[in-house]
Amino acid sequence: MERRSIAIPLVLIISFLSLLDPSVSSPQIRVLSAERRIDLTSHLVRVFLTLKLENTGTSEASDVLLAFPPTEAEHLAILKASTAEGRRKKKTYVPLTVNPAEVHDTPNDARLFSISLRSPLKVGETTVLEVFYIVTHSLEPFPAEISQSEAQLVYYRDSAILLSPYHVVGQVTYIKTPSNKVESFTRVDPTSRSDTELKYGVYNDRPPYSYSPIIVHLENNHPFPVVEELVRTMEISHWGNLQITEHYRLKHAGARHKGVFSRVEYQSRPMVSGVSSLRYLLARLPPLVRSVYYRDEIGNMSSSHLRTNSQKSELEIEPRYPLLGGWKATFVIGYGLPLHDFLFESDDGRRYLNVSFGCPLLETVVDELTVKVVLPEGSKNPLAVVPFPVEQNLETSHSYLDIVGRTTVVLKKKNVVPDHNIPFQVYYDFNPIFMLAEPLMLVSAVFLFFIACISYLHIDLSIRKS
Amino acid sequence: MAEPAGGGALRNAFGGVLSIFILILIGVLAFSIRLFSVIKYESVIHEFDPYFNYRVTQFLTKNGIYDFWNWFDDRTWYPLGRVIGGTVYPGLTLTAGTMWILNSLNIPLSVETVCVFTAPIFSANASWATYLLTKEVKGAGAGLTAAALLAMVPSYISRSVAGSYDNEAVAIFALIFTFYLYIKTLNTGSLFYATLNAIAYFYMVCSWGGYTFIINLIPMHVLLCIVTGRYSSRLYIAYAPLVVLGTLLAALVPVVGFNAVVTSEHFASFLVFIILHVVALVYYIKRILSPAMFKVAVTLVVTIGMAVCCAVIAILIALVASSPTKGWSGRSLSLLDPTYASKYIPIIASVSEHQPPTWPSYFMDINVLAFLVPAGIIACFLPLSDASSFVVLYLVTSVYFSGVMVRLMLVLAPAACITSGIALSEAFDVFTRSIKFQLPNLFSNSPSAGDNSSESSVSQDVVKNDNHRQVEKSETVPKVKGDNSRPTEKSEAVMKGKQSKKNRKKEKDLEEEDILKPKKERRLLVLPLEASAVAILLLIVLGGFYVVHCVWAAAEAYSAPSIVLTSHSHDGLHVFDDFREAYAWLRHNTDEDDKVASWWDYGYQTSAMANRTVIVDNNTWNNTHIATVGTAMSSPEKAAWEIFNSLDVKYVLVVFGGLVGYPSDDINKFLWMVRIGGGVFPHIKEPDYLRDGQYRIDAQATPTMLNCLMYKLSYYRFIEADGSGFDKVRRTEIGKKHFKLTHFEEAFTTHHWMVRIYKLKPPKNRIKGKWKKSKSSSKSSSKRNGATRKNPWQ
Repeated sequence: MERRSIAIPLVLIISFLSLLDPSVSSPQIRVLSAERRIDLTSHLVRVFLTLKLENTGTSEASDVLLAFPPTEAEHLAILKASTAEGRRKKKTYVPLTVNPAEVHDTPNDARLFSISLRSPLKVGETTVLEVFYIVTHSLEPFPAEISQSEAQLVYYRDSAILLSPYHVVGQVTYIKTPSNKVESFTRVDPTSRSDTELKYGVYNDRPPYSYSPIIVHLENNHPFPVVEELVRTMEISHWGNLQITEHYRLKHAGARHKGVFSRVEYQSRPMVSGVSSLRYLLARLPPLVRSVYYRDEIGNMSSSHLRTNSQKSELEIEPRYPLLGGWKATFVIGYGLPLHDFLFESDDGRRYLNVSFGCPLLETVVDELTVKVVLPEGSKNPLAVVPFPVEQNLETSHSYLDIVGRTTVVLKKKNVVPDHNIPFQVYYDFNPIFMLAEPLMLVSAVFLFFIACISYLHIDLSIRKS
Repeated sequence: MAEPAGGGALRNAFGGVLSIFILILIGVLAFSIRLFSVIKYESVIHEFDPYFNYRVTQFLTKNGIYDFWNWFDDRTWYPLGRVIGGTVYPGLTLTAGTMWILNSLNIPLSVETVCVFTAPIFSANASWATYLLTKEVKGAGAGLTAAALLAMVPSYISRSVAGSYDNEAVAIFALIFTFYLYIKTLNTGSLFYATLNAIAYFYMVCSWGGYTFIINLIPMHVLLCIVTGRYSSRLYIAYAPLVVLGTLLAALVPVVGFNAVVTSEHFASFLVFIILHVVALVYYIKRILSPAMFKVAVTLVVTIGMAVCCAVIAILIALVASSPTKGWSGRSLSLLDPTYASKYIPIIASVSEHQPPTWPSYFMDINVLAFLVPAGIIACFLPLSDASSFVVLYLVTSVYFSGVMVRLMLVLAPAACITSGIALSEAFDVFTRSIKFQLPNLFSNSPSAGDNSSESSVSQDVVKNDNHRQVEKSETVPKVKGDNSRPTEKSEAVMKGKQSKKNRKKEKDLEEEDILKPKKERRLLVLPLEASAVAILLLIVLGGFYVVHCVWAAAEAYSAPSIVLTSHSHDGLHVFDDFREAYAWLRHNTDEDDKVASWWDYGYQTSAMANRTVIVDNNTWNNTHIATVGTAMSSPEKAAWEIFNSLDVKYVLVVFGGLVGYPSDDINKFLWMVRIGGGVFPHIKEPDYLRDGQYRIDAQATPTMLNCLMYKLSYYRFIEADGSGFDKVRRTEIGKKHFKLTHFEEAFTTHHWMVRIYKLKPPKNRIKGKWKKSKSSSKSSSKRNGATRKNPWQ
């Protein structure tokens, strides 16, 4: 924090310098108005940014750049942009592709992301972009350790002024807090506060890469469920089942609990004592889920409820003990799904699995997610199609009576949020004859056993002949 | 002659297939009757003790056999540690470890699954072994009945339900199988079976400390045979290799080692081994010498032998007497003298399964078998053979042992099943035969007795078995009656036994004539038709009662796990999963190297489920260490803190049932903590905790009781939970309601308050001078009462 506050004047100076130097970023675009809505009601920081852009340059612009401070970019889980098309009632939002831009000479290492527009912005035209992004691990508990009866206070750090490579004509930032309890906040006039909302702005005519740090110290009693590691294993059985097993390592990443944990207080005064504790989690599973289990390494946990209907299944799980700040727990959720809802045949005869990628728990961050898709024995040429960048590799796993092993597609991604819960596909070739391999093997084993029995009964092994 | 023989062969084959089919069903029954706990609860290890076996198995499968033998476990008995490889009976672990090899066939089984289902699988094996043993004694019919009885005897179920991963589950199979092989060797005189017998004995030694039962029972039987003039070369073959090979093999098991030759438990076998040789020598000399010469030799040998024997016995007695426990381990001694443990070893006495059983527990555990056993004994005497005398001996000794320790009811169960099986099958035999011979008269159109197929399958089965047995009996009769001085004939009989089945069939044809004679004699032994029909009906009802009782016992009494508790209330089933809640909390939210102190009952679980170092556990090998924990629990807070702190303990775990009414909590076990603690550290005096001769925690309680650590940790802030401080287990209001802890702080309490975990507060900063002063004063005080060791770790 301190380092950054020193860096601010530098940023401003550099940004002024960059104004003079047209090569740093193409200043042909100007932001007419920017409205930022920052939602701090959970432990995920959700930001909705509406930009109205104008091409003031001399040539058409096909890309628009967004800038993030390096720390924020590190914790950036998802970044989506869309543009509105049509007028009034027929208005639809069309998603745009966003890619990290490889520009390294930005002032103070600001990271740039470029949004490719659907149609290039012509000279003098304006367009409106809706940008949505989620930043994780950005609420810092302060004090870092609290006792059972204390509320959880957090710092939120940001800039009052939108960091942008473009000149911003007018901008405003709203910060929504979970309650009206705000300990303190940095004033950058004009700043106003009403009930659960802080308003920064309107600021006019800010040069590119302007930055004005703010700190909001607010109460956020929402538990901070962070899955440090999640391994989702999906096993395809062509006999009609898709078995999903999820291994969780959960942590409450809020303010650490210190001192005594008193069950009396926790049970008798739940509104005062351990308010930020993690009592239960909700997992949204696909419909028609069957044989769900919830257990950990020492056995089954009976504290779960499953509600199913034809639209969705909801699994409410309680950890064995309430998670206070800093406490950890591990558990496994497993369930079966009817395969025909998830496995399809593409036009070229290949099969593909279509399931959602992320973690089914609501409002959680997954630091490290590994998705393993175990294809049936004998599958070939697996190909995973994921709508966002992931680390991919192949391995072989062995299961019931496998001989050659099953091809397993391993997908790894860091910093996963519920918005990553979008379907991905794994294509593969499979010859149905392989389905019969294991039954035939068993049949022949039993056959051989009986042959052995019969031959044993017919062979006289005695040495003495009668 | 050929035609009836062909029919007999067909019937024989049919009977064989039917027996195999019935045996498979019995196996399925034995396996599935033990699955109630898995179906009603879940597939985990349910009891306290087996968690250790589970942990050892995990280690074995992970690190391999060599690391297992050398495993020094530093996570228990802190700071002493425990050499697991050398102090554990590895049979069960190795068995499960072998089953886990299925994983190499790409059948993914978790260690836990294997452990959970080991016991049911082995009870199926045990019932098959019972079949074999009883078949050797009294034929296949009795064998099947005994196997069916054993498959569901409640006593054995109690130790072998799925999820109870106990040594006994495997050991009972090993026990019965060893006995079977001994009887088989005795009946056949085959060295092959004798070798197998030694190997089975080795497996038993690996599995359970109860192997000493075998190594004492078999010598007793051998002695009995010699005394009753039943010495034969078969007896020699059955016993001598067992002692030599068995002892050598037993010495290979690290936990037994040289105990196999030096402890008193094994002396009987060696003594009988010597006697057997002397007897064998006498028989040999008798055969090669003339009667007159023999008399001279006897007088000579007796005089010399007596002298040598006296010398040897004197040396032995001197050796044995020199050791404090007379060479017997505490548990064995408490078997011989039931009052020994309660007098000298409170730890052995504190275990509930080491108490003598009550009469209802006999009915609970073996049910109607208790009434069938006497009938079985009578059946064993008609006629008495080597094998049936063994069964009687086994029964009598195991009845005695079961009367000393509840736990050994388990050894009685197979004996009771075998004798009851014999009784039932003999009874059915007599009744069905009576019916069979009278039915033709009734319908007056008499088909030949043997081909009567209109009868129910049960009677048919028995009849067939009857025929089968008669064949065998006619084989064994000359053996039994044959004079000992004609060994050549005997060896012929032995040869017959060894010959292949084809040959045996031929012999059967020859012996058919002999069979007819006893059959005619038996025809006279018929009961009235109505009486036998009613009797059969009654026997079936009796069997029905037994089955109902067994299923009830399996489903209700013995399948309730101690790790998860349930209660049925008006709003449905309520689950108390507090133990695992606490263990999971310890596992995830304390430091890897933290030491957790608790009473020893929870030691195995804490090390297995919470993966934390414990001070004492269920392997109660070090009395002093347990006494230290007991002393800490019964000391005032400060003294307890000092003891725990010196043991490097970070957390103290107590089990408290007062809020929900869980009766086996630490307050109820407190008397043993005081007793065991006081046994080593005399400053803990039991009378200080007693008011009117009993432990009380209400207003009448003694101040020592109200100030001891166990009371404080159990009832800390209990008053705030329900307002009145009413203990549901003791059914009274607690004596001291409002108090504060100064040296401990509450770290975690489970949902139903059943497990409470406290953290030791760090020592307060002290002024340097004061610290020195207090140190010196404590030193002087410790000097003063140096004789009474308050804390061995300082």
